[in-house]
Amino acid sequence: MKVKSTVAILECLLEQGVDTIFGYPGGTILNIYDELYDYQDRLHHILTAHEQGAAHAADGYARATGKVGVCFATSGPGATNLTTGIATAYYDSSPVVFITCNVTENLLGKDAFQEVDITGIAMPITKATYLVRDPETIPDILREAFAVAATGRPGPVLIDFLKNVTAPDVLIDYEPMERKEHIKHGRLQALTHRIGWDIKTPEPNHEDIRKLAEMVQNSEKPLLICGGGVVRGRAHEQFRALAEKIDAPVAITVMGGGGFPGGHELATGMIGMHGSQASNMACDNCDLLIAVGCRFSDRVALDPETFASNAKIVHIDIDRAEIGKNVRTDHHIIGDAKRVLELLCEMVEPMEHTRWKNFIFSYPKRVAYEDKPDQLTPQQVLETIRQIVPGDSIVATDVGQHQMWTIQHFNFDYPGQLLTSGGFGTMGFGLGAALGAKVGCPDKTVLHITGDGCFRMNGQEMATESHYDIPVITFVFDNRTLGMVRQWQNLIYHKRFSQTDLDFAPDFVKLAEAYGLKGKRVTNVQELEDAIHEALEWGHGYVVDCMIDTDEMVRPMVGGGQPITNFMLI
Amino acid sequence: MNSEKKAYTLSILVEDTPGVLSQVARLFSRKGYNIESICAGPTRSPGTTRISVVAICDEAEIHQLATQLSKLLLVISVDVLEGEESIQRELCLIKVKADTREVREGIIQIINVFRANIVDFGTDSLVIAAVGTSDKIRAMMKLLEDYGILETVNTGLVALQRGEKTIHDQNKLKDEYNYGKNLH
Amino acid sequence: MKQTISVLVENQAGVLNRITNLFSRRAFNIESLAVGVTDDPSISRITIIVDSGNSVVEQVEKQLNKLVDVIKVRTLDDDKMIARELLIVKVSCTVKTRTDIMNLCQIMGAKIADVSPNTMTLELSDTGDRLELFLSLLRPFSILEVARTGLIAVQKGSGKM
Repeated sequence: MKVKSTVAILECLLEQGVDTIFGYPGGTILNIYDELYDYQDRLHHILTAHEQGAAHAADGYARATGKVGVCFATSGPGATNLTTGIATAYYDSSPVVFITCNVTENLLGKDAFQEVDITGIAMPITKATYLVRDPETIPDILREAFAVAATGRPGPVLIDFLKNVTAPDVLIDYEPMERKEHIKHGRLQALTHRIGWDIKTPEPNHEDIRKLAEMVQNSEKPLLICGGGVVRGRAHEQFRALAEKIDAPVAITVMGGGGFPGGHELATGMIGMHGSQASNMACDNCDLLIAVGCRFSDRVALDPETFASNAKIVHIDIDRAEIGKNVRTDHHIIGDAKRVLELLCEMVEPMEHTRWKNFIFSYPKRVAYEDKPDQLTPQQVLETIRQIVPGDSIVATDVGQHQMWTIQHFNFDYPGQLLTSGGFGTMGFGLGAALGAKVGCPDKTVLHITGDGCFRMNGQEMATESHYDIPVITFVFDNRTLGMVRQWQNLIYHKRFSQTDLDFAPDFVKLAEAYGLKGKRVTNVQELEDAIHEALEWGHGYVVDCMIDTDEMVRPMVGGGQPITNFMLI
Repeated sequence: MNSEKKAYTLSILVEDTPGVLSQVARLFSRKGYNIESICAGPTRSPGTTRISVVAICDEAEIHQLATQLSKLLLVISVDVLEGEESIQRELCLIKVKADTREVREGIIQIINVFRANIVDFGTDSLVIAAVGTSDKIRAMMKLLEDYGILETVNTGLVALQRGEKTIHDQNKLKDEYNYGKNLH
Repeated sequence: MKQTISVLVENQAGVLNRITNLFSRRAFNIESLAVGVTDDPSISRITIIVDSGNSVVEQVEKQLNKLVDVIKVRTLDDDKMIARELLIVKVSCTVKTRTDIMNLCQIMGAKIADVSPNTMTLELSDTGDRLELFLSLLRPFSILEVARTGLIAVQKGSGKM
C-alpha cells in the first residue's frame, strides 16, 4: 500500500497504541503537524509552553502509565530544548520516543537556519538515535525505536527525520502490522537474531539464582534494596513476596519509591545521603545485601569503599554494564527483576529474622521533626496533604529539599505513584511530569510538590494546565530561598549564602490567577486544610503557596563521599 | 581484579553506519581515557566493520568499557584481548631522507634486519613499510632517526586471538553483555 | 566518492570523537579509519577513507582545520600516494589444506603469524586491492575472522605533511 510518508509515521504511532503526543511545532516538522490535523480524533496532541515541558510531560506520562511516551519538536532550538528532558528520562530509564525533524538533505551540515546535529547531541543521553534519510525505512525505524525504548532497561530514543523525507509528495510502501509481529520483520528481526534471542523474554541464568538462594539461606542479617528497576519492571508484587518470605528488611532508594509499600512493617525508609538511620545502619550491619534494579549511585553508595563492608553484595539488574560499575559485588544476576525475583522466591525457604529486625528498627525509620508554634513546617504540610487527599494520589516532585521531605514522608504503594527526577536531578521536572501523569491517568488525583526555585523554572506550563484543563494541585514549599543549596551553605560553606536568596520571587498566587488557575497562600494548618478541600472540590488547576521557614533542613544527612553512617545531621 | 594500568586491546565488531565510530569513541573520551590507537576496517561480511582499540586502563575499567560498548545497538560483539593470548600487529609507513648511495645502503641494512619493505623509491627519499608489534616498529624507527625521518603514519594495532578462538564465539559473559543491549 | 584524508592531531582524549562527529553529522560514512602515534608521541596521525556520496568533503576538511587540536589536514590524491593496509586473517585448515594455504601465502607475500591444529593466522600488508584478492583466494578454505587496519598513506616523493 502506497501512503504519504507522514501518514506512515502517524500510522506507526497508532500501531504502538499511542493516543497522546506532547509537543511543539516549527518549520521543519510542519509536514507531520499538517498530517496530524487529519488525525486529531485518534492522536491527542498537547501543545506545551516550551519543548522542555513537553519532554517532561511525555516522561511523566510514561512513568505513570508504564507505556511509551511520545514527544514532538522541531529542528534546531526546538530539538535542543528537549535535551534536558531527554537526559532526565535517560538517567531514570523512562521510555520515551522523541521525534524531531531536521532540514532537508541538501542543507544538512551547512549550518542552515535551525539546523543542529541533534542525533549527535543526543547520543550520550539516549539508548539509540536514528537519522532518517530514506523514507522507505520509516516503518522499520519507528517499530525498532519503540521496541528499543520499551524493552530491556527502558529509556529514551530519538528519531530525527530530514524534512524532505516528510514532504507531501513522498509516497512509501506501508503495510499495517500488529505490534507483536514487529519483532519478526525488518531490522528488529535482524537485531534479535544477531544477539541470538528468542522473541520471548530471555531467561535469567538459573544457576546464578540458585547460588543466590543458597546465600539467602545462609544469611542471618539480610537486607534488600528496592531500586528503580523494581518500579520500571513493575516487579513490586514479586519483590514484596520475596521480602515477606525471607523476612528481610527493605531499604528504598529515591527511584525505588512505589516498588515496595512505604508503610510496610519491613520497610526501613529511604537509604543514602538523606536515608533514614534504620536504612543506613542496616546497610552497614547486614551480612547479605541484595540490590534489585539499583545502580549504587553516589547518593546511595556515598563511599563505595566502605559501603556495606560487612556484607556480601548481590546485584540483580537487567543491564550488565551496571554490574561492578560503582561498588564491587560478590555475585550478580542479569535479568528482568520480575522473573528473577519470581524464581528466587520459589527457591528459598521461609525465614525469620526477628533479632535482626529488632536491631534495625531500634533506629528510627522516620525523622521526628518538631512543630513550630508560629510557622508551618514541611512535615505539617505533608501530613496535612496526606490526610486529606486520596491515598493512591500520584505525586510528582521537583528537585531539592521538598523532594526529599516528600519521599521521606509519604508512603508510595505502587509503581508510578512517585514521579521524581532522581538520577539527573532536574529542577523544573515536576509540573510537566504531573501534567503528563494526569493525562495518562485521568482518574487519579495528581499532586505536584515543588519549591519556589523549581516552580520558577518551568512554571509557564501553567498555561498548558489551564488551556487543556488538566487539574493538578501544586504545593509550593515557599521558603524564599534555594533550600537545598542553602542547606549546604549552612552546613559546609560557613553560612556564606551566595546567590541563593529568592525573596524577590513572583507572587505565585497572582501568577496562578494570571494563567487562569486558582491560587492561595497559606501560613498555618487550618488555611492549608481549607485550600486542599477547595482545590479538590474545584476540580481545576490549583496552586497552594505554603510559606515555610527559610532555614528548614532535610534530616538526616550524610556528607557526600562519607561512610553511610557518618551522619552530620540526624 | 588487577588494578595495574596497562595497554589493553579491544576488538569490536560493529554495523557499518554513519556515526558508529563516534559512538564508540565517545565512550572512551567520556571517561577521559585516551585512546592509544584505533583502527577500523571492513570484515569479510559486508556491512560490518571491525574496530580495534588500544587503551591504557586497569582490568575493571576495561571490562566496564566492554560492557558499555556491548550495550550499543550497533555493536555486534566485543572481545578484550591480552598480550600473550593474541597476535598483535601494526603497520607503519615511514618516509626517510635518502639522497646519497651510502645512506640508502645503510637504510636497506636496517630494514632487512626488521624484515621491512621499501614501497617507494624517490631520488632523495624512501618510503618504508614495516609490520610488527609496536615495540619492533619503535626500535626500527629509532635507528632510522639518524637518517632523518620526514614523516610517519601508523595504523594502530590490530589483533586476533591466538588459536581457534574468534570474536564470534559465544560464552556466558557475552550472553550477559547481550542483556545489556536491552532489547527483547 | 571515496577520499583519503590525513589529519595530524594533538594526542588528547576526545579529539577522535570530535573528528568522527564532523563526518556523521553530514551522514558521511567512514569506510576505514586508522589512528596511530607518529614519531612524535604527542602527535597522532589519523587516516580516514570516507564515502561522501555525491557531496564534496572539502567542507569537512575546512571544519577539521578549525578544530583546536587539529594540526594539519590533507586530502591525498589516489595517484600521488603510497597506500598500504595490514590484514590479519584466521582460516580453518586441515593437514591437507595447510600446504595449499602456505603456497598461497608465498605467492602473495603473506606471513604466517600463528598455527593451531585446525586454524592458521596469516598477516599481509599491501594495497587494498591486493588484500581483497588475498581474501578471495582464501575464501575456499573458510575464513573464520578478519581484522584490517584500514588504509594508511603518505604522499609520493620527499614532500611531507
